[in-house]
This record gives sequence, structure tokens and C-alpha cells, in this order.
Amino acid sequence: MKKSYKIEVDCANCANKMEEAAKKTAGVKDCVVNFMALKMNVEFEDGTDPKAVMQEVLKNCKKVEDDCEIFL
Amino acid sequence: MNRKQKKMLVRIIIAAVLMIALHFAYEIFGEQKAEDGTLLNEGGIREPVWFLLYMIPYLVVGYDILKKAFKGILNRQVFDENFLMVVATVGAIAVALVEQNGDYTEAIAVMLFYQIGELFQSYAVGKSRRNISALMDIRPDYANIEEDGKLTKVDPDEVECGSIIVVQPGEKVPIDGIVEEGRTTLNTSALTGESLPREALPGDEVISGCINMTGVIRVRTTKEFGESTVSKILDLVENSSSRKSRSEDFISRFARYYTPAVCASALALAILPPLFLLVTGGAPAWGSWIYRALTFLVISCPCALVISIPLTFFAGIGGAGNVGILVKGSNYLEALSRTGVVAFDKTGTMTKGVFEVNGIHHSGMENDKLLEYAAHAECFSSHPIAKSIIRCYQEGMSWKLDKSTGEAVPVRNDGHKMVHGDHRIRRERVSSVEEIGGNGVRAVVDGHELLVGNSKLLAANGIEAMKCRSVGTVVHVAMDGEYAGHILISDVIKPTAMEAIKALKQAGVRRSVMLTGDAKTVADSVAKELGIGEVRSELLPADKVSVLETLLAEKKGKEVLAFVGDGINDAPVLSRADIGIAMGALGSDAAIEAADVVLMDDDPAKIAKAIRVARKCMRIVYENIYFAIGIKLLCLVLGAFGIANMWMAIFADVGVMVLAVINAIRALFVKKL
Repeated sequence: MKKSYKIEVDCANCANKMEEAAKKTAGVKDCVVNFMALKMNVEFEDGTDPKAVMQEVLKNCKKVEDDCEIFL
Repeated sequence: MNRKQKKMLVRIIIAAVLMIALHFAYEIFGEQKAEDGTLLNEGGIREPVWFLLYMIPYLVVGYDILKKAFKGILNRQVFDENFLMVVATVGAIAVALVEQNGDYTEAIAVMLFYQIGELFQSYAVGKSRRNISALMDIRPDYANIEEDGKLTKVDPDEVECGSIIVVQPGEKVPIDGIVEEGRTTLNTSALTGESLPREALPGDEVISGCINMTGVIRVRTTKEFGESTVSKILDLVENSSSRKSRSEDFISRFARYYTPAVCASALALAILPPLFLLVTGGAPAWGSWIYRALTFLVISCPCALVISIPLTFFAGIGGAGNVGILVKGSNYLEALSRTGVVAFDKTGTMTKGVFEVNGIHHSGMENDKLLEYAAHAECFSSHPIAKSIIRCYQEGMSWKLDKSTGEAVPVRNDGHKMVHGDHRIRRERVSSVEEIGGNGVRAVVDGHELLVGNSKLLAANGIEAMKCRSVGTVVHVAMDGEYAGHILISDVIKPTAMEAIKALKQAGVRRSVMLTGDAKTVADSVAKELGIGEVRSELLPADKVSVLETLLAEKKGKEVLAFVGDGINDAPVLSRADIGIAMGALGSDAAIEAADVVLMDDDPAKIAKAIRVARKCMRIVYENIYFAIGIKLLCLVLGAFGIANMWMAIFADVGVMVLAVINAIRALFVKKL
């Protein structure tokens, strides 16, 4: 399943960091952060609950880039 | 500026004012010491007070950096620019505290300028994002469905294929479809970059994402929203950053090793020389070496690179998008800049792929007269060739004599030329019409018996047809049993095709090859007219792939082969080429999927433009890489020898970053390229 979220982040490199962090989160199959559109497209693994996974993604992103925001 | 940026600006101003005030206050009220450390004035404010006072602007401007660096350490993300800044400024404060010279200004200035740089960068990014978002603004929010005579707005996702939607003036067409009722003009500029509005009449296809300008139209949808052009394009644009270029990869790899390496060398610079001096019996001068190490740290901050390189690609893709060139990823932009060989399809790419009257030869009467008779004779036919004759007559052309061949060549009226006479078809002028299966028509127009058709038709009626030397479909006309001339109908070369080829050569494309399934004579004549050196004709789709393979094998060095096609049956070739460029992609999903670069309108001149945009973008990327690394290395060396002070370090960091960001933004401006 794929979902798209709006995000807020200040620099292109920070967006890359968020992408890396989201990819490493359990339950996330793939993730693409588009700095241009301020969007995060997340592909979830089958049988996971996107809401719970996104909480983890947000936590992990905050770790690498404190200033970011994901609008869930 | 958004709220966050305004807040930052206020913080910067407060801190700057405080810092300057404190600096002068220190001159007046501070303790003045002579070289040997004896106090010169009595009653000055003592050191710890100054320290505390100076900490106010420092914290005002830098508290979030401190917090971020601290969090970074907790989250094991140690070596980022926040950490570098904190170490450098805290270090500078500590040195000032130990040496009791009250020189805290530098530390605060470093933080201050760093924040100014960040603010500037965030502002610049926001600004260019808004520029680019014009392209993203094509997403329709709703579709109008008519129910019991009332319009209801529904989510475009819920509209089923085949239902009727109503699009009012000022609204976006939400879903691809066919006009059932109404006529209007559509603004396609958000999709194609083309500012000329497009007419839409009943029976015409309309593409989602266009803006309806003048009239209400009812559209029967032919696709679901998710399959519509607008969704495909948005999907493409939104995912374009997933494909990273090698330069970007280089920078992220570079940053990964660079920062720790710099921290290690700074540490070595702070410790090793004093230790060496200590061992050899000199004065260690800890303070000065630590200061040098801190300067070193400030200089080395990699922001200029890690920010400007992705920003350049971001701006380059955005700028290209604004002129109707969609690039699917920065790696393709990079590859496009190295294009050395371009192979392209003929029909639909260099030619319009529609048939038009291209000449009238051997006419015994006025060309317009011949066309008029032929158009009337054909006016009940729906054959494409008949239609093109009728269209040519209705549009009204003037004819100019080509001196070299003695033939009449049509000059299309561009609106500013007078259209001679009335060019309406009057069916009442035609009395009897008889279609002669596949060969043509026999009709009586204004009392004259006309035969319009191929040479077989004329031969069957005992009239000898003249042979035509030109390439194309020939329609012969005979009037009252006499041969009257023939009309040449052929695929028309796009008006910009010749310039496109020239522009490609200017853009440094070494070799251009035309691949076509068409007959050799047709292909050769088109190639000659356009000035294309190489032609491979009579190719089946599978042959195109194998020809492309040989072209790929003949490439030189690092150059890249681009294939340009209209995407209808070129998908395998598009995906086999180093770069597949699909053109006129509005409505063709296969092309959008198979290609790496999509030209939204069908103007071949955009091919060279895409290459120029890519070149400009890559030039900026390299400028930034060399400029930033060059200045930094220079300053690092100067810093290590103690020549560069903290102020120079600030320039090397923030100044270089600001310049690199400004340079990166240039990639956005490609309209005039």
C-alpha cells in the first residue's frame, strides 16, 4: 500500500536524511521524499498498520532532523 | 517569508543589536589591560559580568542550534553542521574566557552569520518552490456532475469512466475525456508551457489539467481520475527526486566522510603542534592553536555543497517543467547534458503525422480555382485525403511559385495575409456525386464534370494523368474530360523541425540519425530538407531496437544517446536508449511511462532546449562544487597556518553558501535559453 504525506523540512539535504530514516523504519517497504513538492510517499509492507508505522517514521525522522514535520 | 523565517529574522536582529551594543560598551566600560596584563583603568566592569552579558545575544541567536546539536549527539547523528557550529562557537567562547580578553564577539558573529545563511537559504528555497509550484498547481480539486438538473461537486476520484462531467469557465478539466456538448478554448500552458489557447469543439479530446477559459462544456470521461493525464504527470513530478544523479550521490558520500575527517584534522591541529612544541621545548601556545582549529572547523562546514547541489537540480527540474519539459529525475538531467548522439523517429516527431496539401502541379487553371473545384467535388466524402483538400481550401492559401521547379507551393496564411475571396463550401454548387470505390469521385460542380482521384480513375475515363516527381499522395483532377492538374498531399514537416536540427548541432550533438518505418524515398526527402545526415528507413518496430543497439555500440567515450519519439509505438526504443525523450505526450500514457524526459507539446525545438537546460544545470553544479571546495581548501590551509581568522572563516562558510545558493537558483531561469 502506498500513501502520500505532506511534510515540512527546510533543506534538501535534510529531506534526504528523512528519506533514509523513513526507509529504515520497520514496516516501510520504500519511501521517497520529494523536497520540491514537500511530500513523502511511503510504501508500506503488507499487513502493517500505516498509522502505527507513520508514528515510528515521524519519531525516526525527528531523530535525524529535529526541525522536520510530517502532517499525518 | 513565513512565520518561522520572520521569527528567525527578529532573533537575528535582536542578537546583532545586542552584540554591537555590547562591543562598544566593552570598549568604554570594560577593563583596559596593557600588554603585560596590568590594569589600565580602575572601576571597569569585571570579566564574568561581560561573559554573562555576551551570552544573552549568543543564546538568543543560537539556542536552537545548541538544542539540535545536543539532540544529534543523543541520537548518534554527531557530525552534522549544527555540531560543527556549536563546537566552534563554544570553543571560541572558552578561549576568550580563558584568555580574559573579552573577545566574545567572534563566537557570536559566527553563530549570527550562520543563522543569516540558514535564513537566506530557507527563504531562497521557499521562493523557488513557489515558482515551481505553478506546475504543481494542475491538480483539480473537484469534478462537476449533473444530477436532476443540478450541479454537484464530487471528488474526481469518484467519477466513473464514461460519465458526463460539466466544466465551467475558469475551472480545470479534472479528467480526460471527449467533449459532448459546447465549445470553448482551453489554456494548456500549465501542461505544455505553450501560451496559445487550444480550441475544443464537440468530438474533440480534452486533457485533464487544462483550464477551461470561455464556455461551458460537457465532457464524457474516457478514463478514471487515477489514469488521467493530470494524475500521471503529478505522479511523475512528485517522484522525480527519487532518482538521484551521480553528483548528488557524490555529495552525500562526500559529506559522510568529509565531516568526520575535518573534525579529526581539527582535533589534530589543536593538539599535535602544541605537543610538538612542548616536546621540543618551546611554548605550547595552546590558545592560539585551539583558535586555529576552531577556525578550521567553521571553514570546513559542508553546507554550501550539501545544500546547493540538490537545490540546483531541484531548480533545474523545476525550470524545465515550467517550459513544458518534464525530467523524471536528476540523473536524467545529468545524462541529458552529455548527449552526443540523437536518434529520432520521423512521423509525429519531425513531421506532423497528418496529411496536408503540399502543392498543386501542372494546373491548367488558377491554383485556387483547381482547389475550389476539387474541394467541392470531395465535399461529401469523409476520407482523410478529401478532408485535407477541403481544409486547405477553407483555410485559404496563397501560392507562391518555386522558381527552381516551376511548381506552386502553398504559403499558409498566418492571419495577417489577405484571404482571397470566399472560401466557404457551398454544397448547392454540386449536383451529382458518385464515389468510385477507392479511386476517387465523379461530381458535377457549377455544371462542369469533374473527376478527382488517382491515376487509375483518370485512365478508366481515357485521360492520361501526368506523373508527379514529388513524394506523397497525388490527387489528379480532370475537368470536362481534360486533364486539369494534380494536388500533392503529404505529411508536413513541423515548422520548427529545421531549426530543431540546427539547434541540436549547435548544442554539440555530434550525430543525428532518423529512424523511420516509412518508404526510403519519403524518408530521404524529409532528411534532405531538414539537413539530417543519416537515415534508416523501412524499419519495423523491432528493427528500430536493433538499429539503436548498433548506434549505442558506436558511441564515443562518455557521450549519451538520446532517442526522441512520439511514444505511440516507440516504447521499446524509448526504454532501450540511454535517454528516452517522448514528445507530444499529452494523452499518451505509454510514452510518459517509458520515457525519461517528456516534452509536453510536440515541438521538436524543445529537444535542443532540454539539452541546453541540462547543460546549464550541470555547469552550475560543477561551478558550485569547484568553487565551494576550492575556497574552502584555500581557507583551510590559511586557517591551519594561522593566517585566516574567524571572520574569514565565516565568509568561507556562510558567504560561500549564499553565493552557491544564488548560483543554484539560476538553474530555474531557462525561459530564454
